Amino acid sequence: MKFDALTGILLIPAVAAALLAALPGYRLTARLNVLAALATFLTACSLFVVQPTSGPYLLVDDLNKVFIVLTTFVGFTTSAFSASYIGHEIEIGRLKLGFVRFYHAMYQVLMFAMNLALVANNIGLMWVAIEMATLTTVLMVGIYRTHEALEAAWKYFILGSVGIALALFGTILVYMAARPVIGEGLYAMVWTVLVAHAANFDPALLNVAFVFLLLGYGTKVGLAPLHAWLPDAHAEGPTPISAVLSGLLLNVALYALLRFKMLLALNPAAIAPGPLMVTMGLISCVFAAFMLYRRRDIKRMFAYSSIEHMGIIVFAFGMGGGLANFAGLLHMTMHSLTKSAIFFAVGHISQVKGTQKIADMGGLTATNPLLGWGLVLGVVAIAGLPPLGIFMSEFLVVSSTFARQPWLAVILVFGILIALGGLFLRLNTIAFGEPRGPTAPAQASYVPMFAHLALVFTAGLYMPPALVTGFENVAKLLG
Amino acid sequence: MHSLNFDIAHMLAGSLVLVSFMQLYQDRLYALLNIFALHALVLAASVAWQAFIQDAPHLYVTAAIALIFKAIVIPIALHRIIVRLGIHREIETVVGVGPAMLLGMGLVALSMVVMLRVTAQADPLAREDLAFALSVVLLGLLMMVTRRNAVSQVIGFMSLENGLVLAATGAKGMPLVVEISVAFSVLIAFIVIGIFLFRIRERFDTVDLQALDKFRGERE
Repeated sequence: MKFDALTGILLIPAVAAALLAALPGYRLTARLNVLAALATFLTACSLFVVQPTSGPYLLVDDLNKVFIVLTTFVGFTTSAFSASYIGHEIEIGRLKLGFVRFYHAMYQVLMFAMNLALVANNIGLMWVAIEMATLTTVLMVGIYRTHEALEAAWKYFILGSVGIALALFGTILVYMAARPVIGEGLYAMVWTVLVAHAANFDPALLNVAFVFLLLGYGTKVGLAPLHAWLPDAHAEGPTPISAVLSGLLLNVALYALLRFKMLLALNPAAIAPGPLMVTMGLISCVFAAFMLYRRRDIKRMFAYSSIEHMGIIVFAFGMGGGLANFAGLLHMTMHSLTKSAIFFAVGHISQVKGTQKIADMGGLTATNPLLGWGLVLGVVAIAGLPPLGIFMSEFLVVSSTFARQPWLAVILVFGILIALGGLFLRLNTIAFGEPRGPTAPAQASYVPMFAHLALVFTAGLYMPPALVTGFENVAKLLG
Repeated sequence: MHSLNFDIAHMLAGSLVLVSFMQLYQDRLYALLNIFALHALVLAASVAWQAFIQDAPHLYVTAAIALIFKAIVIPIALHRIIVRLGIHREIETVVGVGPAMLLGMGLVALSMVVMLRVTAQADPLAREDLAFALSVVLLGLLMMVTRRNAVSQVIGFMSLENGLVLAATGAKGMPLVVEISVAFSVLIAFIVIGIFLFRIRERFDTVDLQALDKFRGERE
């Protein structure tokens, strides 16, 4: 096999995982982890320069390029955050050295699995990759070995497996629909071939398949009736993993869903997948917005905020059409960057305070100004206030919906406003007012957090034309 | 059309659904485990028969995995776990046996209605197989929902995966990728489960999920 960027983004994490599993110590491995993530990111960037050829197993097109670059970028910055975060966890003895080796290896395995899911040109391979990503995160969520961490990991494992099982059933049904047209064997599971022949598939089978896929991968996206694993998994695992879960893994599952949506859209006789996605998106958004109010744990609160935003994104893609798809894509990118920045801040805050309980935090902007204002900026961004990037994307989602389905837009705006209220209510306690809890200065790495926030801020004011055309092309591709 | 080949495949797939029902009303862990072994055995027979009538030798591998791994290795391992944890007492069910059976029948009827209507154009063997497979999947789900004990939830999950294997083998000529992946995932799932059970054991005296459930950080 000839070496190109496509093999690179799979090979680098795989080799790094093997190395990290073998190397002892913490300082060296943390650096190696960052280095591997950086190398993967740079390789991913080169996809824009030289486009590798796609085969029956792997594929690179405009759609997954966006996802790959976003995934590898956040993967890289999170590894930098993780280095300082894990250092502190070892110091206070919350994480044993033996587990650190395991943690770093798993981190790279997760990056590998996510990249594989994104470049898979085969619906079976994609399923395997997503399952692999799920299992690695299950192991990482339970890494603290506390009562709550084990419960969260178990719950995540059970619900994730059910989701993934339903997704496999859906995948089998897609194959069944494709077989009479394409013929038996490998090619009836290859994306590019499936897309070319989708118009002739049996629509009834495709419909049922999509329902299973929506429920299955929707569980992994964290859509409302199926979201129960998400807050626990976010709250109990190490914070870098919360950042990767929210910022990346949810996107990967969404990507799978989008691919199947494209397949369905090509078959005129099949049901329109849009309304189903719109409904689930709206329910998630409004439900999660209300759930924001009674949170006592800071990481759980932002986990619910992720559900809300995934709801908005799924809603946007469900509406479909050039503008809504563009908005969905932009919102997904902005959410990944902002939410991981927030988790970087939250990770260091809970290390300073020694707890995740919101009631024990207070006056952060006075005691730890950089962390405090970083969090404020992050929350302002995630709540969708101008002039930051999420305001732009939410505005686009809402305005494009108003033109077509005003009532849906009203519900969406209602959800967004409710969420805004909930977030600011809590932010007020955490960031302002009387200082509470320990106020020791944090040994934090601020660079990843502020880099993300700077990107989100810039995107709100100015988007490079190349990026806009790129997103527009992808939006067109999504139909 | 209704040849002997079809009849036997039909019978084996149907038996799998029947064994799924038998799992629903077992209220002792050992008995449940034995029924699960039977479940895997029927699956192995069914997959082997599919391999024979489809003339697809690679399916024999899937059958062998089902037979050796699911029908022998896992039940023995789980048996030892149960002994070590000392939990061979009665299973607590959330829903009683009667309602669970009624729900199960409802689910089977649902999957028949959905799948048979949808696959009207597919060949009869595949559509019957799919309908049965969906029933097994749904019954597995039902079992995971109605049980509180971690071990029986795992068994529910594995019988759900058996349903998936049945569906995958029923879909004629499905690439080997999927069979490997299914077997592979079962393997991983088992490793993970094993680790989890032992870790849970490290910390607690019970694998009853209700006991795990009591703390949630949020609940007053």
